Amino acid sequence: MPTLIPPVNALDHVLGAPDATIELVEYGDFQCPFCREAFFVVKELQERFARQLRFVFRNFPLSEAHEYAMDAALAAEAAAKQNRFWEMHDAIYNRQPELNEALLLTLAKEVGLDLQRFTEDMEAPKLLSRVEADFESGVRSGVNGTPTFYVNGKRYNGDYRELSSVLVK
Amino acid sequence: MLQKGETAPDFTLEATPERKVHLKDLRGKNVILAFYPADWSPVCSDQMTLYNEMLHYFEKYNAVLLGISVDGAWCHHAFASARQIHFDLLSDFEPKGAVSIAYGVYEEKFGVSKRALFVIDANGIIQWSYLSPVNENPGADGILEALENLKNN
Repeated sequence: MPTLIPPVNALDHVLGAPDATIELVEYGDFQCPFCREAFFVVKELQERFARQLRFVFRNFPLSEAHEYAMDAALAAEAAAKQNRFWEMHDAIYNRQPELNEALLLTLAKEVGLDLQRFTEDMEAPKLLSRVEADFESGVRSGVNGTPTFYVNGKRYNGDYRELSSVLVK
Repeated sequence: MLQKGETAPDFTLEATPERKVHLKDLRGKNVILAFYPADWSPVCSDQMTLYNEMLHYFEKYNAVLLGISVDGAWCHHAFASARQIHFDLLSDFEPKGAVSIAYGVYEEKFGVSKRALFVIDANGIIQWSYLSPVNENPGADGILEALENLKNN
């Protein structure tokens, strides 16, 4: 069974209590329609499991298949530099059907980012390497499509709509 | 199915209706062969779509990726254009499945290639092979590991 490489660490975007008993990691693509569906599933899980659940998002942009997947990943990372990763993550998935470069700027404004810093960071090679490092870690962890989930470090091979069933076990 | 240590059978297959790929011409490079049943499987979980994103990682290991299925060259052409695939998809079309048979990865029952991976070294020797359940995208972790081992040896 493929396992998460590297394990969740200080570089990750983590939402939830540090003492949570369930650690859910997603490798996702902001333009992938299945990831959008999974986004709403994860929201429900977060509500249901509350303090028991810690959620981590890593980038896995299929940039050849999805024109704006890489830009969206960079936008979320640029937002992270201003401590607004999750706001941006949510905003992009909520409005995924309209996704393009202009939308990313609009969303950056809406989540309250310093726009000059945002556009500068979007261009920074360091941010691109970060997204690529996420992608490479995904490949090593056995990601074979998006979204792919890991529950407490082990790849979850089932349907993401049924994730709650493995979390209660 | 051919295993580690065996010589990779040579072949010449159409990459496009106008261009052929001869395995022997790739000596000096590592070659990844990805046999798969058919073009046009669903996008986000598609094996070839994933590999398409990985070409520059493979390049770091001096490796060339070739996809192989029994689909015809025009079918590959349409599939590659639609998905913007940037590596060669070879047609094991005539005589049908001959290369898949030579590698021991032809599924007689359905008349398609099995889902199988081979990593061949710069001297044409198979260094790693893997047969995946047909409905399971094997990802690329095994390929990367095999290429890493090649680099370190």
